Amino acid sequence: MRIDVKKTYKLYIGGAFPRSESGRSYEISDKKGNFIANPAQASRKDLRDAVVAARAAHSGWSSATAFNRGQILYRVAEIMEGRTSQFVDEIVATEGVAPAAAKKQVQEAIDLWVWYSGWCDKIGSIYGSTNQVSGAFYNFTIPESVGVVAAFAPQKSSLLGLVHTIAPIIAGGNTVIAIASEKLPLCAITLSEALATSDLPGGVVNILTGITSELAPWAGSHMEIDAIDASGLTSSQDKEVRVSGADNLKRISSFKAEATPQRLLAFMEHKTVWHPIGI
Amino acid sequence: MTFEYASAPESTSVVKIKPEYGLFINGKFLPAKGGKVFSTINPATEAHLSKVAFAAPSDVDKAVAAARTAYSKVWSKMPAAERGKYLFRIARILQERAREFAVLETMDNGKPIRETRDTDIPLAAAHFFYHAGWADKLEHAGVGTAPKPHGVVGQIIPWNFPLLMLSWKIAPALATGNTVVLKPAETTPLTALLFAEVCQQAGLPAGVVNIVTGDGSTGAAIVNHPGIDKIAFTGSTDVGKGIARAIAGSKKSATLELGGKGANIVFEDAPIDETVEGIITGIFFNQGHVCCAGSRLLVQENIHDELMAKLKARISKIRVGDPLDKNTDLGAINSSAQLEKIRELTASGVEEGAEQWSPSCNLPSKGFWFPPTVFTGVTQAHKIAREEIFGPVLSVLTFRTPQEAIEKANNTPFGLSAGIWTDKGSRILWTAKHLKAGVIWANTFNKFDPASPFGGYKESGWGREGGRHGLAAYLKGGH
Amino acid sequence: MRVMDGTLPSIKGFLKTLSPVDQVGAEARAAMLATRSIKTSSKSWAIDMAISMIDLTTLEGADTAGKVKAICNKAVRPDPSDSTVPHVGAICVYNDMVRVAREHLDASGGKDIPVAAVSTAFPSGRASLEVKKRDTEDAIANGAAEIDMVIDRGAFLSGDLVKVFNEIEFIKSICGDKAHLKVILETGELVTLDNVRKASYLAMAAGADFIKTSTGKVSPAATAPVVLVMLEAVRDWYEMTGTRIGVKPAGGIRTTKDAIKQLVLVNETAGPEWLNPGLFRIGASALLNDLLMQRMKLRDGHYAGSNYVTLD
Repeated sequence: MRIDVKKTYKLYIGGAFPRSESGRSYEISDKKGNFIANPAQASRKDLRDAVVAARAAHSGWSSATAFNRGQILYRVAEIMEGRTSQFVDEIVATEGVAPAAAKKQVQEAIDLWVWYSGWCDKIGSIYGSTNQVSGAFYNFTIPESVGVVAAFAPQKSSLLGLVHTIAPIIAGGNTVIAIASEKLPLCAITLSEALATSDLPGGVVNILTGITSELAPWAGSHMEIDAIDASGLTSSQDKEVRVSGADNLKRISSFKAEATPQRLLAFMEHKTVWHPIGI
Repeated sequence: MTFEYASAPESTSVVKIKPEYGLFINGKFLPAKGGKVFSTINPATEAHLSKVAFAAPSDVDKAVAAARTAYSKVWSKMPAAERGKYLFRIARILQERAREFAVLETMDNGKPIRETRDTDIPLAAAHFFYHAGWADKLEHAGVGTAPKPHGVVGQIIPWNFPLLMLSWKIAPALATGNTVVLKPAETTPLTALLFAEVCQQAGLPAGVVNIVTGDGSTGAAIVNHPGIDKIAFTGSTDVGKGIARAIAGSKKSATLELGGKGANIVFEDAPIDETVEGIITGIFFNQGHVCCAGSRLLVQENIHDELMAKLKARISKIRVGDPLDKNTDLGAINSSAQLEKIRELTASGVEEGAEQWSPSCNLPSKGFWFPPTVFTGVTQAHKIAREEIFGPVLSVLTFRTPQEAIEKANNTPFGLSAGIWTDKGSRILWTAKHLKAGVIWANTFNKFDPASPFGGYKESGWGREGGRHGLAAYLKGGH
Repeated sequence: MRVMDGTLPSIKGFLKTLSPVDQVGAEARAAMLATRSIKTSSKSWAIDMAISMIDLTTLEGADTAGKVKAICNKAVRPDPSDSTVPHVGAICVYNDMVRVAREHLDASGGKDIPVAAVSTAFPSGRASLEVKKRDTEDAIANGAAEIDMVIDRGAFLSGDLVKVFNEIEFIKSICGDKAHLKVILETGELVTLDNVRKASYLAMAAGADFIKTSTGKVSPAATAPVVLVMLEAVRDWYEMTGTRIGVKPAGGIRTTKDAIKQLVLVNETAGPEWLNPGLFRIGASALLNDLLMQRMKLRDGHYAGSNYVTLD
């Protein structure tokens, strides 16, 4: 008889897999209450470190060519495809759904990466514009990444919700600190392992597991965070981050689990440039 | 004898200011609750112009109710093309009455007639004309095939471009099928009230546009009103943050156009004479009461002295004085409170060791005036390099390399505007790419157009106004 | 102060130090200055100043002694009914009419009015240097106190800046102290404002006393942005060398409004020091009558009629 080698579920910050600086972990169990794992319980200091990593990665990621970003997002899909069974096992274990349903969720998540991969080099053409101003000026508007985004993934989905959250944010050139579903965090860590082997530069995606209510206020008030995806917050947590987020006028949105270009645009700024036309 | 221009005052006979104005609610002028009024003055002379109704929260209730009824019974049911025709009508009436609006704006605001005549009023009309054409094309606005308006929009505008800001707010809101409750600034309510008459002349259905005058408490009543679906605000970053907090947890969305501390970057190969003009336009247009003003001049160090000599010579030719004089370049500061703020901040500049310079100019004895002012020897640590002065005060800093220019330009919580002056095309695009600002003027400054989106990064606000992007913000789910 | 010698490296080296001109910005500045409103006492001053700056011009193939004498009379007494009207700045004619003009001016009270001759194979400039030399010498010998030469635009546009420079310097040497040299850039053929700025400096460095926009035979001529750029050039040249060079817009300035806009440009760009006929001239013919009619309007309080000014 062989004893399974079980995985230690750690955080994903700046391309590395540290434990929480606090040394804390919390217990995850299945629907019947059976123990599954002890993922790391991220602290505000882990959040802080992740923000530093995300900020450092932003300049390179946002100035990478859109084609390059698209290829990397597609690479994530490729790597995930090979890990399908691992994701399925984790979804079955944590969500308690049938393997077929779990597999459907994984496939949808993979296809979502493919969909957003294609958006990377089209969002500017579709949502940018040349503007017909009166006068001898060339005037154009382009969407650009807003910067560093903290994203609270939906609580009821272990993988698909997380991909709905992360993919549009990084497709637009942002870097992200994703806070996984509190009760369903295992796929998030496995996803980070896929990301780490997908040519994605370290720090572009950072994934924290832990207690949402503990991390939300720190994210809301962090002045280096430019925007928040609040999809995974309760209405009172949502209100709280909107109030504290007003201190630096964070762009805060929350979404239904649907794929739409408006999700990219929610984390993009429109930059308009004027130049005279003369000889 | 030298060539002194004799005064060329624009006649005020085209304007008939009433002794008192009511609130414009449901197509009629009504007194405020309890008949409360406040006075509006001409900041260039401190002369009383009119008494204006002071809207209490219960008056705001009435306005919101009128807007709601107009939305559900009339405006949302009207074919889009017909809705557009009302906007075209308004645009035309603004053009017909342009001189009247220009003179009234200059009297109530203090800005030069040359600017109201050539910029504010023509652009306001252009905004209505531009958005009129959008009304029946909303499915092309990038917000899905059947975009929906928010409903009733509460709009609060500042005193720096009273009618123009009104048009930036009302035109897209109406084009997309929303109805509005708009509050003009306390010190500049008159052109908004004259606009109410334009709505009447245009036959706009009652309640589609409601105008409530008052102060910050009136604005707060709008922001907090449960009957309002969206807030559009232009004003200070502090108030903007307050609005963001106030609507947290509600269903309201918001567009915020807030403050700025725009960097105007001059490289060594800039077209120097036009650059000087651009710097002047950047900071002295509208007395510097411009959120996107180029208030931080970043000059490549090797041309600093040459540029400053030319700039100071040019500033010495700025004509400060009677805003109604067609030859005036720099008018009055809008209020005594604003003048006080400008004085405080410039005093801090001197205290912190920057060098202050103004040309000699005779400021009128009555009214609120501040001379064109330049601070040299400013560094990023100075208060005058960080805080928005909102007056005719330029802070001059230097840089050595393009990277350093970008670092300094972006080193601010604001991100509204920036300028780039260089003859080198690739450097323009490199610099524009790296600037964190929503509006970038390269080899020009302070240009505005209804087709061009306007709005800021970071603490300069949320969303855009103008162009397709600004329109989308008035449709549900639009970004 | 010698900012460049006649060698190509020196000329090109200097012209490279000049700032580029942004056309849209320059046009915007000129347009803004055109909105200056000049009224009452300022207008009356400006009209007389403009009259005294006119180079009253006839440059037609059909010019005759009779025509030239007529404009000389007009130059001396622009308004026969009003002796307070100043005389014009100069008479500007073709070479063969110089003597006629000089003698008639002398005989009719116009001794103070110089005669300017268009020279150097005006308007095209397409002649040998020897011909240009003779043209200039002949004009001076016949009484021209001002020489309006054209630059070789072909040479300028082909990059032969040495030829342009040397020709100006050579003609200047012929003028010596006998005649003022006005150098016509023919800005309508140089096309860009960058070229206008470069040609202005080339002319000033080679010895021009005045830089002049146009021959009047090419359109566009003295547009406001062109004059703006030339005024900036003389202003900056003065800063650099301490010498004030004059400016002469010519072509297309027909109304009082046009002329006053020119004066506003001068006042706000080069400065009030340039507001005199020694440093600013306007090459025109029809302009004078419009100035006179506006002057009558200011004097009489009602609009003047065209039959009350003389057609010459």
